[in-house]
Amino acid sequence: MTDLRTQLENKEVFATELTDIWKSFDGGNSFVIKGLDLKIPKGSLTAIIGFSGTGKSVILKHILGLHRPTKGSIKVLDHELGKMTDQELVVFRRKFGVLFQSAALFDDMTVLENVCFPLIEHTPLKQEKIIEVAQEKLMQVGLAAAHFNKLPSEISGGMQKRTGLARALALDPEIIFYDEPTTGLDPILTEMVDDLIVETHKSRPGTTSIMISHDLAAAFKIADFVAMLDAGQVLLSGPPEVFFNTDIDLVKRFVNKGMKLQ
Amino acid sequence: MIQSVFKFIQNKLIQTVEALGEVILFSGKGLQGFFAKPFRGLELVRQFEFVGNQSFFIIALTGLFTGLALAFQVYMGFKVVNATNLIGPVVALGISRELGPVLTGLIIAARAGGAMAARIGTMRVNEQIDALDVMGIDTYNYLIGPRIIASIISTPLLTALFDFFAMAGAWILVVQIVGLDSAIFWDRIDQIVQVKYIFEGLFKAAIFGFVFSVICTYRGYHTKGGAQGVGEATNKGVVSSMVTIIVLDYFLMNLIRMYYHLIGVSS
Ligand SMILES: Nc1ncnc2c1ncn2[C@@H]1O[C@H](COP(=O)(O)OP(=O)(O)O)[C@@H](O)[C@H]1O
Ligand SMILES: [Mg+2]
Repeated sequence: MTDLRTQLENKEVFATELTDIWKSFDGGNSFVIKGLDLKIPKGSLTAIIGFSGTGKSVILKHILGLHRPTKGSIKVLDHELGKMTDQELVVFRRKFGVLFQSAALFDDMTVLENVCFPLIEHTPLKQEKIIEVAQEKLMQVGLAAAHFNKLPSEISGGMQKRTGLARALALDPEIIFYDEPTTGLDPILTEMVDDLIVETHKSRPGTTSIMISHDLAAAFKIADFVAMLDAGQVLLSGPPEVFFNTDIDLVKRFVNKGMKLQ
Repeated sequence: MIQSVFKFIQNKLIQTVEALGEVILFSGKGLQGFFAKPFRGLELVRQFEFVGNQSFFIIALTGLFTGLALAFQVYMGFKVVNATNLIGPVVALGISRELGPVLTGLIIAARAGGAMAARIGTMRVNEQIDALDVMGIDTYNYLIGPRIIASIISTPLLTALFDFFAMAGAWILVVQIVGLDSAIFWDRIDQIVQVKYIFEGLFKAAIFGFVFSVICTYRGYHTKGGAQGVGEATNKGVVSSMVTIIVLDYFLMNLIRMYYHLIGVSS
């Protein structure tokens, strides 16, 4: 009875549920992810933090269905990814928007064409309508119309991020992912991107945002749910407060170090 | 000692077979991807333009000079035995069955294949392929398939172009430079060179187009680590394509002879 109730509750509450995930890239000799459990609340702005090489990107790729776990179950928006074929996954991923670290813009397409691309591919809309929607998305992320017909190589890094985000938002995703959105950016640009993430999150109620970051100060400032990874497991997860009142030594050290850097 | 050498060879062999299996699987996905929906007509035309049109000039030029050089050597030999009326057919045979497809394959592999590996490798390291994946775009349908199909179609067409210019080169040498009669050059060509030999060459060219495009897109697709990785992928893609084309040419020749034998036609 209780089980059923919690199940029904979970159904509403979590955007993704990872249960006992194990992942090996070399056929079972060494594991990169070792029995990881993680539940990300629906509608949250979640930050996944941790030292470099602890498996953050690998976990992201599992949630996106780009990697399949060696063992374990992954539920995203109530769908068990393990039960889907590659073909079904391709369709399912339309619920996702991803902003990549490098923005990953198609370098032979203009800014506008980049944002039009997912719309052309996945909607039956007429060309004029597609351009209209794409322009609207670009405006939303604060890109001036003067840049719409430039190639990615002709705009600044900050504008590339904005374009990448506009493209990620094109199909109105239910989950938006950010992989290290501010890594390698200068402090001013970092703040701009952080603000952009918060604004985007707030302007789309119900959307879940999942961000991978090693910028702790920013993670604690903007996220309402934080998960810290270490050695392929979740060391601690919860609202930011949890991280300041913990007894776990590694978390304390990580948090102190990260906050001091500020 | 001997055991470790044996072990080494065994491991190398297993690795090679595994790698070959992976490439074959990849080519299967690429072909299947091309014929899956949606039909990527625009991409196909673009790749076609890229492989075909942009190689037009170098193929014509190399063809012309290959014809000139080959005809000269054949002339030097045949002059001695008074068989100058065989220069035409011998050059035509050599060009249409061997040099045409092989040289065209090598040139296109270096030019278009290298560019394919570099392009797809760059897309890989810049996360553009990941972006396509998460956007729900089948990259085999969008990136790989059109390149393979365009190469399979373009390489024989370019080979035909090569053949044409090589024959023109041979004719220029024999008639314009050496000063033999044009009639002697053409004398026995249509008697000795059968249409099927030309098609044999074009068939091999199609296989070469398939081979280099698969190898180079595979290398690009599996590029690891930064700009350096792209350079490496390009390099390895081109070199293994060229080696494969030359080795495969020999086996294809035997295969075609076996086929002629089977259907009871002389080769
Ligand atoms: N495709 C892959 N094949 C093999 N090993 C991988 C692959 N992707 C990641 N790894 C390994 O998994 C570990 C975690 O990587 P990653 O998730 O990228 O770390 P980070 O937390 O810095 O994002 C690293 O040791 C990395 O080398
Ligand atoms: Mg990472």
